[in-house]
Amino acid sequence: MAGPISEQRVWEELGEIVDPEIPVLSLVELGVIREVEVREDGVRVALRPTFAGCPALHVMRAQIGERLRALGAARVEVEVVLDPPWSTDDIRPEARPKLVAYGLAPAPSPIIQLEAILAAPRLCPRCGSADTEVRNEFGPTPCRTIHYCRACLQPFEGMKPV
Amino acid sequence: MRPDLRPLLADALLGLADDEMILAHRDSEWTGHAPILEEDIAFANIALDEMGHAGIWYRLVAELRGEEPDTYPDRLVFHRAPDEFRCIRMVELPKGDWAFTIVRQFLFDSAEIVRLQALGQSHHPPLAKAAAKIAIEERYHDRHLRAWVRRLGLGTEESHGKMQAALDQLWPYTGQLFEPPSSEGELVAAGSFPASEAMAAAWVEGAAATLADAGLRTQAGQPGINGGRLQHTEHLEPLLAELQSVARLEPQASW
Repeated sequence: MAGPISEQRVWEELGEIVDPEIPVLSLVELGVIREVEVREDGVRVALRPTFAGCPALHVMRAQIGERLRALGAARVEVEVVLDPPWSTDDIRPEARPKLVAYGLAPAPSPIIQLEAILAAPRLCPRCGSADTEVRNEFGPTPCRTIHYCRACLQPFEGMKPV
Repeated sequence: MRPDLRPLLADALLGLADDEMILAHRDSEWTGHAPILEEDIAFANIALDEMGHAGIWYRLVAELRGEEPDTYPDRLVFHRAPDEFRCIRMVELPKGDWAFTIVRQFLFDSAEIVRLQALGQSHHPPLAKAAAKIAIEERYHDRHLRAWVRRLGLGTEESHGKMQAALDQLWPYTGQLFEPPSSEGELVAAGSFPASEAMAAAWVEGAAATLADAGLRTQAGQPGINGGRLQHTEHLEPLLAELQSVARLEPQASW
């Protein structure tokens, strides 16, 4: 095998792993990869959970381990870090249209005042209308909310602003 | 942090972890049974959040005790006996009716918010960072529970009556919300852990005001603690029997 893996190659590989619950975003686009460190004996990745109880976290950890070992890393350490806490602001701006296309309304950004952000109408990802309301600040995963569009009379989901 | 303080802080955090874990289990009992679909979703999420918060505290306990943070939390949750748990008795009580669930969750989460703010100032950086992360998620619990306290407290005569009855039943248990860890003096002096008395005073003022706004009366004064965190109700043992049943079937299994 030709030399150690470059840090850039690791980032590229992580950019190929998708979030198991939002499969249109890579872990890099989701903003959960905090740090990559290539060491002599392997690779260390610092991973931030979106939410503490996120059930997808262990899947992400396992996938990172598998993919980087397949690249030739002898040892892969995936460390869960909390600092600074993940925020919906950390989702890459260029990834936001992918969320809309997937039917998930991105969270308003930047997060400054939570009450104001929750009170502002979310755009319906299907018809684009702002005539929408929050139906539930809890959704099918910890990081999502449930909304309703009064224009196209359809429910939709959004990213929970944190 | 001073090596002699590490086990003391670990013991204090184990109490917080057990509170969250046991309450998460109680909350999860509403899954598929909540009064409306939205609340089924909400309480499943709240349960998951609390379990996640328990996981953060258990990992910190593991690090402070020099244990493996990926495997030690499961050992603590699934392979301890009831008398080794350090949860407060309020979280052990059966889930009761919807009013009881709302009042308990409100009392617990409002106390947690006060505690998290204080823990955010801890001189033990991993603890301060964990508190900051958890506090962000708790804002959603706070909004949700306040809304329900108002809705039911100011709702119908029946909903008000059930809320007041739940509050009367739960209030005596609130004395334990800020029970000082056994070694609080040393931890507070080192800046690792906040002083319980000040947190309790801040909490009771805020919580009583929210409850009063919802037309609910709290009993005067704060109840005593009546026994420490190693004393449990008769409800913990059957809860753990269920929670631990699968893990204990095959302790060596990998999940």
